[in-house]
Amino acid sequence: MIAVFLTRAARHRALLAALFLLVLPFLLPFRATAVNVLIDGLFAVGFNLVYGYVGLLSFGHAALFGGGAYATGLALLRLGLPWYGALALGLVAGAGIAGVIGLLATRTRGIYFAMVTLALAECVYYLAYQASGVTGGENGLRGIVLTKIDLFGLDLDFVDPLTRYFVIATIVALALAALSRILASPFGAVMEMVRENEARARASGVDVRAVRVLAFVLSGAFSGLAGGLQALHLAIVPIETLDYGNSGMVVMMCLLGGAGTFFGPFIGALVFLLLQNLVALVSSHWQLPVGVVFMACVLFLPRGIWGQLARWRPA
Amino acid sequence: MAPGVNEDPAILRTEAVSKSFGRFKALAGISCEFHRGRLTAIIGPNGAGKSTYFNLLSGALAPSGGRILFEGRDITGLAQARFAALGIAKSFQITSIFPELTVHENVRAVLQAREIRLNFWRSRNAYPQFVAAAAALLERVGLGGRARVIAGRLAHGEQRALEIAMALASRPRLLLLDEPTAGMSPEETQAMMILIAGLVPAHTVILVEHKMKLVMGIAERVLVLHHGEVLAIGTPDEIRANDEVRRVYLGQREH
Repeated sequence: MIAVFLTRAARHRALLAALFLLVLPFLLPFRATAVNVLIDGLFAVGFNLVYGYVGLLSFGHAALFGGGAYATGLALLRLGLPWYGALALGLVAGAGIAGVIGLLATRTRGIYFAMVTLALAECVYYLAYQASGVTGGENGLRGIVLTKIDLFGLDLDFVDPLTRYFVIATIVALALAALSRILASPFGAVMEMVRENEARARASGVDVRAVRVLAFVLSGAFSGLAGGLQALHLAIVPIETLDYGNSGMVVMMCLLGGAGTFFGPFIGALVFLLLQNLVALVSSHWQLPVGVVFMACVLFLPRGIWGQLARWRPA
Repeated sequence: MAPGVNEDPAILRTEAVSKSFGRFKALAGISCEFHRGRLTAIIGPNGAGKSTYFNLLSGALAPSGGRILFEGRDITGLAQARFAALGIAKSFQITSIFPELTVHENVRAVLQAREIRLNFWRSRNAYPQFVAAAAALLERVGLGGRARVIAGRLAHGEQRALEIAMALASRPRLLLLDEPTAGMSPEETQAMMILIAGLVPAHTVILVEHKMKLVMGIAERVLVLHHGEVLAIGTPDEIRANDEVRRVYLGQREH
């Protein structure tokens, strides 16, 4: 029943996502969490493109997210680009870094792929750390100011939390709609072939490595956009954005919600951040309970929260 | 194959191809040609080098020495995806399908991947020509009624038939089949042999088979390998009458 309903609902997944984003800030105990859910949700969705759809475990996605954040921040701060130009630059930076990492890392497989992406992401971290004249080094990139946003003639107050939420939600909804189209496209079908059976895909004339690199670049574009949005939201790019902990977090969010499903990573980000915020109310050691929940999910819900729901059939 | 184009009757030839794995010589210089529109069977006892030879022909392995010519063109050492793009399709010895997709989607994906890969924006369902072509191929291998089933839930014999449809979907000029009846019941084997026999002369087929008896009825030419070398080559009647072949297969009671 639920599975049938969810299958039907999947046809209008972009619309449903938009509706969900519309009500989200009023459902959460903390309004500030809602914007983080949007940004990390988009990041997890971008990560899912390589992990869930072509089966590559990347431990270097912080470089794509952080690269986008720095590019957007620098574009506003040093180049004086308008906010949409800065965001576009963040998206391009994410895709570009992903192109370099993807080309190098797809030469390896399995755990080696994870290690190479981790190592290359660490290179990006130290690059930003050392180039303190440009990036602010360990202090992060500070002084980004964005108070007004002009959207099709509308002059929006970006300082107002709810307005800010809806501006970011609109961009995230558009990104999800684009992703939905990509997944439904012929290229999406080719990605499915690679995930389902690499040898058969190759025998059908598909250049598996090229598909992986392309998927990585697309993933970088979504991750870079998420990073750019975070730079706008926080008005600072902390160096921790590039930290490997960020790469690990997005893996957890994706697995928690359900890899390879459209909504799963977003749900994963929501659950992760909610838990983190709720536990932080009583104790500063939020990692411990969140880790326990994560392990329980891996053991008892191997397809993730959303993935399990979508498969559930009454006995 | 349009008349007048490429008069060479051989679509594929190997010139002294060999393959070594470390110090083990699996194939020692096989020269053979495979004719258009024919069904050629490669047989031989276990360890004869059939699978190695098959993997060289399909591009899964690169030869250690010698040349492979496809339609007169040297394809030695090309990547496997290039083999497929040139028109060489293969079935796998172990069933290789997209298990989570429907039977129809399995075939359609292969059809579509041949022509449209880098479109990120249109719907993959916006190409009705592939839907019709996939349905026709499924009809041809006897899976017309099973199109909407998830491929992983098919019976073993049906999965092998699906694999043939997928190989045909890449519109190959040469079809390579590696023990297509492995693990099948006698009834499934019978149906598969009829299906394969019906592929020629529209397609050129090379069939690797362990059981000699199976291929004698449908192959036009038979290549017998033994210890990595050509033991005999000829029509099924010539092979049956060959003393060397009899000697090698003697004591193997299963055929």
